[in-house]
Amino acid sequence: MGGTAGPPGRRRRLVTGTVALLTAASLVTACGSGDDGSDGGGGGGAADAKGTDDGATLTMWTRAATRPQSEALVKAYNASHKNKVKLTVVPTDDYQAKVGAAAGSKDLPDLFASDVVFVPNYTSSALFADLTERIDALPFAGELAQSHIKAGTYEDKKYVVPHTLDLSVLFYNKDLYRKAKLDPDKPPTTLAEWDQQARAVDALGGGVDGTFFGGNCGGCGVFSMWPSIWAAGDEVLNKEGTEATLTSGTAKQVYATYRGWVKDDIVAPGAREETGTTWTGVFPKGKVGVMPMPSTTLGLMPKDLDLGVAPIPGPDGGKSTFVGGDAIGISATSKSADQAWNFLAWSLGDKAQVDVVAARKDVVARTDLASNKYSKADSRLVAINELVADGHTPYALKFGQTFNDPNGPWLTLMRDAVFGDAQKVDKDNDAVSASLAD
Amino acid sequence: MQVKAAARPRLSPRAVRGLAYATPTAVFVAVFFLLPLLLVAQMSLSDWPLLTGDQGINAPENYTDAIDSTLFWPAVRFTLLYTVIVTVILLTLALLLALLVQESRPAAGFFRTVYFLPGALGLASASLLFWGLYSPTTGPLSRILEKLGLVDDPVSFLGTPTAALLSTVFLIVWKFAGFYMLILLVGLQRIPHEVYEAARMDGANRAQIFRSITLPLLRPSIALTLLLCVTGSLLAFDQFFILTKGGPDNSTVTVVQLLYREAFQRLNLGTAAALSAIVLAVLLLLNAVQFRGLRRADES
Repeated sequence: MGGTAGPPGRRRRLVTGTVALLTAASLVTACGSGDDGSDGGGGGGAADAKGTDDGATLTMWTRAATRPQSEALVKAYNASHKNKVKLTVVPTDDYQAKVGAAAGSKDLPDLFASDVVFVPNYTSSALFADLTERIDALPFAGELAQSHIKAGTYEDKKYVVPHTLDLSVLFYNKDLYRKAKLDPDKPPTTLAEWDQQARAVDALGGGVDGTFFGGNCGGCGVFSMWPSIWAAGDEVLNKEGTEATLTSGTAKQVYATYRGWVKDDIVAPGAREETGTTWTGVFPKGKVGVMPMPSTTLGLMPKDLDLGVAPIPGPDGGKSTFVGGDAIGISATSKSADQAWNFLAWSLGDKAQVDVVAARKDVVARTDLASNKYSKADSRLVAINELVADGHTPYALKFGQTFNDPNGPWLTLMRDAVFGDAQKVDKDNDAVSASLAD
Repeated sequence: MQVKAAARPRLSPRAVRGLAYATPTAVFVAVFFLLPLLLVAQMSLSDWPLLTGDQGINAPENYTDAIDSTLFWPAVRFTLLYTVIVTVILLTLALLLALLVQESRPAAGFFRTVYFLPGALGLASASLLFWGLYSPTTGPLSRILEKLGLVDDPVSFLGTPTAALLSTVFLIVWKFAGFYMLILLVGLQRIPHEVYEAARMDGANRAQIFRSITLPLLRPSIALTLLLCVTGSLLAFDQFFILTKGGPDNSTVTVVQLLYREAFQRLNLGTAAALSAIVLAVLLLLNAVQFRGLRRADES
């Protein structure tokens, strides 16, 4: 009875408490240890262009945004190889967190794809295995989408290959063009023509709008606006990706055009609050004249929608595109790098690129296959595939926190330029640069 | 023998039983609360990028970075404003609903169920549902209002800072009013009928009964709902993450959203942990004040 109240009880509580604290502290230290105990697995060993197909089971992650393309490739590979790839699709918004948590606990899968703009985060954190020798040994190494290869090159070593390509292009509704007395075979070739054609379609009224864009979505902004800046030969970032040049005359001309669409109500309702979740769902309804869209949505458009595809033009002509999509690499901790490479090498080969990727109306990852048996049947596909060579994939270590973050500095700049106080753009550009150099 | 027995008293069967009952909870709390808490404390004092892990102590940089962030004070102000608005509306409405359905009338059970039903839905699911309803591109609400002739142009439910805040408050009130009604209903039903009878016999009218009997005797239940509502609102995340993503123009960024942003957009677990520690300290302080108030109310 009295034992718990007297000095021995107090001592026991003290000892128990100390032991508990020490145990907790040691566990915390163990959890937090940055010790790199892995042998690295790695993919940089053998420079075998084909890898190994010996019946291994490979794990692979991809984000939901590019699920159909990944699933098609995995299904075709599993049907024709002894190795089997087990694909896990992760919600797009959770992908970075999942990769980060898995990297911390050394639980990354054998293969993981990533939005190409986030690849520098992973290469600089040594999450991918070095694939330089393997990539260079491919007979078509020089024909791979170089913007993806460049994004995945860190300290002169190559870590990823293109997995799915998603290009920004203009979709225009040919039926609405005819109704607006526009030539459906003459899409805009300058920003001014884009403006005129959007306004002509908008004048039809009856719920028809000239254009649309994701006005509250930083990712949509870089995807849609930057090609117009690149088309004029200007840059948006310095080479190192540490400084923004988003206040050039061309950039301001582009913002002013978008601003004019908002001011004159040429844009479909919802652009101001569109966070990117539904921005590709507006065009298929057939009520928008011409707008930037991801090329991966071409195969998803309604069959009865007569749509044309054109490159995104600059203010005075030219053309460019944002080469987005996913790049893929072998995780640095994979124990099955040879088998994982077998999947990657196969996925870039002629058969996979033509019979799986092109057959789905997706963009091929190799410039030498831009014209293939499927694209020949649809001139729009050739136009998209050929754009890969003119496209850019911006490189910046802090890309996500600067441009994709819904509370980041680029979205502030974009919204000030298009909806708010355009005078703030220069100051906003400084905030973008500060975030890039953070 | 006697000396040994005095130095090490044997545990009574009752004490052993008590230990057996308490141990699973103690282990659970240690593993799932205390250990993570210690880990968060360590993270908050360390340079800890999400992708590369612990890079060593850098205190107090994470705390100064968190507070120096341009979004920190606006997020604090917004979270407090949201908490006040939601708490006042929710508590008033929940009390009204509880008073409406407290008597055992024929349809009382039906209405209690109807009011409580939204509370059975997860907050993320409810937010997604409202996001769909509010969407000017895919949602029906704006179109219905237009067809009814109540508005001429599409309604932007999330397009301005005020609209975004009010639309989110509406969702939360719809979802939680029934839940808080239930807590207050239990409190109302614990008030003995005899007290009301005596008041009526003394000639008290409805307003006097409410002011002098219902409210004072309901104080513990009101204090509990207040505690839950304030804590829940200060930790608001899901609804804003899904409905507004902190926009438009960073006008609806809450403190927990800022924490999430640090961890998963800026990939900086150290600063995110520092923000967690700050939020935890504020909540502890607030809950202590509220508990003290609750105890005083009980004593009086």
